[in-house]
Amino acid sequence: MNENLQSVLYLVAAVAFIVGLKRLTSPATARNGNRLAAIGMLVATVTTLLGREIVSYTGILVGIVIGSAVGAIAARRIEMTDMPQLVAAFNGFGGGASAFVAATEFIRHPGAIDTRITIVLSVLIGSITMTGSFVAFAKLQGLVSGNPISFKGQKWFDGVLAMAIATLGVLLVISPTSLEFWILTLLSLVIGVTRILPIGGADMPVVIAFLNAASGLAAAAAGFVIGSTVLIISGALVGASGLILTSIMVKAMNRTLIGVLAGGFGGTSGPQEEIGQLPVKRATADDVAITLAYARSVIVVPGYGLAVAQAQHVMKDLAAALQEKNVEVRFAIHPVAGRMPGHMNVLLAEADVPYDQLYDLETINRDFSRTDVALVVGANDVVNPAARTDANSPIYGMPILDVDAATTCVVIKRSLSPGFAGIDNPLFYLEGTLMMFDDARKALSDLVTAVKNV
Amino acid sequence: MLMVSITVFILAAFVGFEIITKVPPTLHTPLMSGSNAISGITIVAAIIVSGRAEGGLATVLGVVAVILATINVVGGFLVTDRMLEMFKRDPR
Repeated sequence: MNENLQSVLYLVAAVAFIVGLKRLTSPATARNGNRLAAIGMLVATVTTLLGREIVSYTGILVGIVIGSAVGAIAARRIEMTDMPQLVAAFNGFGGGASAFVAATEFIRHPGAIDTRITIVLSVLIGSITMTGSFVAFAKLQGLVSGNPISFKGQKWFDGVLAMAIATLGVLLVISPTSLEFWILTLLSLVIGVTRILPIGGADMPVVIAFLNAASGLAAAAAGFVIGSTVLIISGALVGASGLILTSIMVKAMNRTLIGVLAGGFGGTSGPQEEIGQLPVKRATADDVAITLAYARSVIVVPGYGLAVAQAQHVMKDLAAALQEKNVEVRFAIHPVAGRMPGHMNVLLAEADVPYDQLYDLETINRDFSRTDVALVVGANDVVNPAARTDANSPIYGMPILDVDAATTCVVIKRSLSPGFAGIDNPLFYLEGTLMMFDDARKALSDLVTAVKNV
Repeated sequence: MLMVSITVFILAAFVGFEIITKVPPTLHTPLMSGSNAISGITIVAAIIVSGRAEGGLATVLGVVAVILATINVVGGFLVTDRMLEMFKRDPR
């Protein structure tokens, strides 16, 4: 294929990605946007296959067939609750591909000094993204503990590792040798593991978003290596997207990116004080059903506990039963309600909750004071008023949903045990709070029956 | 050449920031999996390096790169489509 034509087609692909992402700004056009981006990818792939540089097709076709089969099966089989793991794994594959491309280029010809700089960056970012994502995957999948894992002297170990990588990087740019290259690759793979292991499960939304950005930067770096504009553009787009999501997650958790990456926060084994000494108001399904059925407006606050109990569908049934009785039902979604940005919205969409009933924190927070009932299901830290009032609380300053402003707040929870951050929740002991101690799915299905009987 | 590439990179990053700031929180998961699929554009580089018929280790690594990038692309776009299909407006 003519090189000018090739350049034009790559440009078409890049524009398709940009317009596709733009259509992702509204749920009405998003599906179409994703398909447009996929067509862009097809154009880019076919253009490359027809290029003059390609002399041997066997390996490529084998790779595409295997990759398509694995990707399609994973995409079809995955449960929506497991979406964070899948995205983590895909991030890892993207990063890995960039690292392998850089390695192939190095073997063939280390090139001039600027090429060597880009090869070093590409192999570094790609390798760290790959092993870091695989560790994130293993944590989310429960293959390794979600608690921070570290060893004595870990910070020193990582520091030495980072310095070794920097030194090797500089040496490789000055005078490349194979040995240096493979040691650099190995150390990059290792540091990806040792840097993500100490990060607790609660911080995973930040980590996935960050690795998403890294996978984009890895693609851009590979673009620098082979001098391909379409890779640089696409990689920059994804890098920007990942960084924005990282910053949203970090703000929603009142953390800093450095603090998250330093690790050691958010295990379930934190110090657990004696709690539950204060009196709480217990309520039965019938009590709560009456409160809900006679309310004018209800705001549901779903947390990850809802997803763990697989209670999205019965939640939707309860919302429908209330709407039958002319109760206005809305859902308030905290940015970290799930295990990745927007996860809870997908879980509710899967349960056929229309997206226009879902509201984000800023939009809905002022409405709680005009709401009869706030129904908290499987959420804890994101509704903890201590974040507003108690300067000594570890979550002080974190934006929360102001459910305590509603006339009545109903909390469905297994017990008074603390959430991820390991802290007690004053909400449970407030005058206007009713506690319903039960598994989310059972409690909600009891409520559906009870509401229908009111 | 390097300066041109850096320019393109920075301009594209700004375009990305402008567009993606406007994506509502409801679509953040599909945004992530969809943009992740776009980062599978590395498939272009993977095809080029494995199609040169160098033989030996370079070819093996190239084919592995093609496999990984293809999983990223195919899996990413399909799973995003599957999610977006579920997003429905209130019929009432």
